[in-house]
Amino acid sequence: MLKLNDDQQMLLDTVRPFMADEGRIETQLRHWRDKGCPDGFGHGLWERFGQLGLSGILIPESAGGSGLGQVEANVVLEEIGRNLTPSPFLTTAVTAVRAIEGTPHAERWFPGIVEGKTVAAIALDEGPRHDPAGTAMEARRSGNGFTLNGSKQFVVHGRSADFFIVAARSGGSAGEREGITLFAVPRDAKGLELENVTLADSSKAARLDFDEVAVDADAVIGEVDGGWNLLRRALRAGRAGAASELVGIAAGAFAMTNDYLRERKQFGREIGSFQALQHRAAHLYSEIEIARAATLKAAQLIDEEHGDAERFTAVAKAKAGSVARLAVQEAVQMHGGIGMTDEHDVGFYMKRQAVMDELFGRPSFHARHLGKD
Amino acid sequence: MADDETFRAETRAWLEANCSPEMRTPMRSEKDACWGGRNFKFASDAQRQWLEAMAGRGWTVPDWPSEYGGGGLSPSETKILKEEMAAIGARVPLTSFGISMLGPALLKYGTEAQKQRFLPEIARGEIRWCQGYSEPGAGSDLAGLQTRAEDKGDHYLVNGQKVWTSYADEADWIFCLVRTSNESKHGGISFLLFDMESPGVSTRPIKLISGYSPFCETFFDNVKVPKDQLVHEENKGWTVAKYLLGHEREMISGMGLGGSAGSSLLSEALDVGDDPLLAADLARFDVDALAFQAMSEHFIDKLKAGEAHPAEPSLMKYAGTELNKRRHELLLRAGGSDALEWESERSREGKTARDWLRTKANSIEGGTSEIQLGIVAKHILQLPGA
Ligand SMILES: Cc1cc2nc3c(=O)[nH]c(=O)nc-3n(C[C@H](O)[C@H](O)[C@H](O)COP(=O)(O)OP(=O)(O)OC[C@H]3O[C@@H](n4cnc5c(N)ncnc54)[C@H](O)[C@@H]3O)c2cc1C
Repeated sequence: MLKLNDDQQMLLDTVRPFMADEGRIETQLRHWRDKGCPDGFGHGLWERFGQLGLSGILIPESAGGSGLGQVEANVVLEEIGRNLTPSPFLTTAVTAVRAIEGTPHAERWFPGIVEGKTVAAIALDEGPRHDPAGTAMEARRSGNGFTLNGSKQFVVHGRSADFFIVAARSGGSAGEREGITLFAVPRDAKGLELENVTLADSSKAARLDFDEVAVDADAVIGEVDGGWNLLRRALRAGRAGAASELVGIAAGAFAMTNDYLRERKQFGREIGSFQALQHRAAHLYSEIEIARAATLKAAQLIDEEHGDAERFTAVAKAKAGSVARLAVQEAVQMHGGIGMTDEHDVGFYMKRQAVMDELFGRPSFHARHLGKD
Repeated sequence: MADDETFRAETRAWLEANCSPEMRTPMRSEKDACWGGRNFKFASDAQRQWLEAMAGRGWTVPDWPSEYGGGGLSPSETKILKEEMAAIGARVPLTSFGISMLGPALLKYGTEAQKQRFLPEIARGEIRWCQGYSEPGAGSDLAGLQTRAEDKGDHYLVNGQKVWTSYADEADWIFCLVRTSNESKHGGISFLLFDMESPGVSTRPIKLISGYSPFCETFFDNVKVPKDQLVHEENKGWTVAKYLLGHEREMISGMGLGGSAGSSLLSEALDVGDDPLLAADLARFDVDALAFQAMSEHFIDKLKAGEAHPAEPSLMKYAGTELNKRRHELLLRAGGSDALEWESERSREGKTARDWLRTKANSIEGGTSEIQLGIVAKHILQLPGA
């Protein structure tokens, strides 16, 4: 059935109040931004994710995790989106976990992730646009390992990461799927330079420079030259998760706007009584419902390992991205002048949407490839 | 038209001689604009010289009468001057609310003494003005404003609060809507001018989502305003206010032409990599932008000929600002993750992202898009019940 089951609904019933309380804008996003926190999120909250079994949501119970699936991870992510909660959940608990599960790296890193202590970052993009098959970073065989040379950008939470999952090219040439190898590279690797970059939504993403970074053969995740499939598995989870976060962003901005339509009076009546705004609110509501359904569909297909999972993940990321864009634009516009101020929270939704829109491929990328890239 | 051709040749030669290379480079942001005013700090000697040269000819306000500091140019000469300035990429010598908003209202509704007193200093960029219209409870419903002005014989005593007052903290004077009567909503409003240094005026800057603080809350606590600073008649300020709004909207609609982002074709200017859907969006945008350019020229010419419908600035404001928002959405997307950077030197302190956020106000400031569409529906289409 394309709806949450009872267990998933129960999870939502605990996560929603948790995030609305401990993950709220005032105590997390705005707080850390105003403090100039170099990580862009609070490690205390990440540990709370650990205590509640959320950071290990996809990690098997045998390894101390909750052993749940994409649908459950997406339940968490929608609440993260709704509250704009800064945390390494999407990169670490979802994307990185899917990249290393079933490999020896899982043993090393899963315990710290389960506890909400370890942070992982995905080092994939090499230019301003997401293009996994275009990976060009050089992985040259040397001795019993590899030497990495090249640069990465938009490495979300790079500064806080204990290790990076790095896609590099050990064979073939840029544009080909064959020849990509994934590596787990520790933060303190020699020759690895990091620039911590602040993004519009005050989150942090790093630019990495690899200058003759030597790694052992056991840094390889999965097979040499055969990283594409693992990368696909990780990205599928990351993209479906990002879609859910975008649905949450849209829903959060919409909820705030819906309240404002009832409160704000002009011309002696609530602005929500003007039909010009009513229709747009109703349209937006419909679009958010559609985006949420598409996202749930993708998550279910992923959990079933269905052949259409890839295509629906692309649909979800593209649809949720454009719906969230509409939502934040309508939200700011319907708030009038106050929506343009930093004191009001609604602008944060617009900034976060722009970053999430770009992460793991923007709508036009996914609309074009529909899951084939 | 031989006269026009002579004028064009002379103008071209004069601009060539007086507009320095620096003043022919595009402005990077509002901050590069010359705003004038008592406390204005010129960014460079070139900026000061350019203002002085242009003001000397009255060309900061080419179509105003020369007795008030203007250039006294005819509509066709004004257009030629604009074209010649555009041809060499000359910057606007002076950007001011005095020029685009207050001046036209004073020309129409001011007394002779008021015109003599205020217009030349606007033309020379000596006094910088801000606009005291919106209040916390009166935005779209501007006529619901509550700031009071009590008649005290030779002066008014003003009490109340304005909000979103652009550059109130940098302005020298304010043109301000106040309530002088409660008997009628629109018919109880008056239009006052006063010095921001008057005792009782204070401002608090408000930060925008772009991180800049271009506007303020503005408070009036027993501010004395001499009676000769009332424009038009008491309780007839709404007429002036609306007329001024028409000019404001006309000015804002110019954003549709590109402003500091330039007017080049996006499909030619931007590298979108391998993203054909984005490329298609850019092409569609270019079509709309070029069509809007034509509309803009048509509108100005109709306006000059006195043939524009009084509600047409609303149409232009709506179309121009929605277009500008789209332009910046596309610039952001074309920049990919580079454009999301907020503080780095590489991104010029997040210029693309901050400009993008700033444009979101375009469809709010000067009256929202919804209000403009309402005006078109009511006054041009005359739809029932509108
Ligand atoms: C950057 C910026 C600079 C500004 N500078 C100045 C300035 O210098 N001086 C000044 O006086 N003001 C200034 N303003 C204020 C601006 O004019 C107001 O913000 C604007 O008129 C909207 O009023 P409001 O903010 O109260 O929004 P509201 O009027 O509360 O509107 C909220 C929403 O309701 C919608 N709405 C309201 N009524 C209707 C209706 N009848 N039908 C359909 N929808 C409706 C609006 O369109 C909007 O989407 C500035 C604003 C901004 C953002």
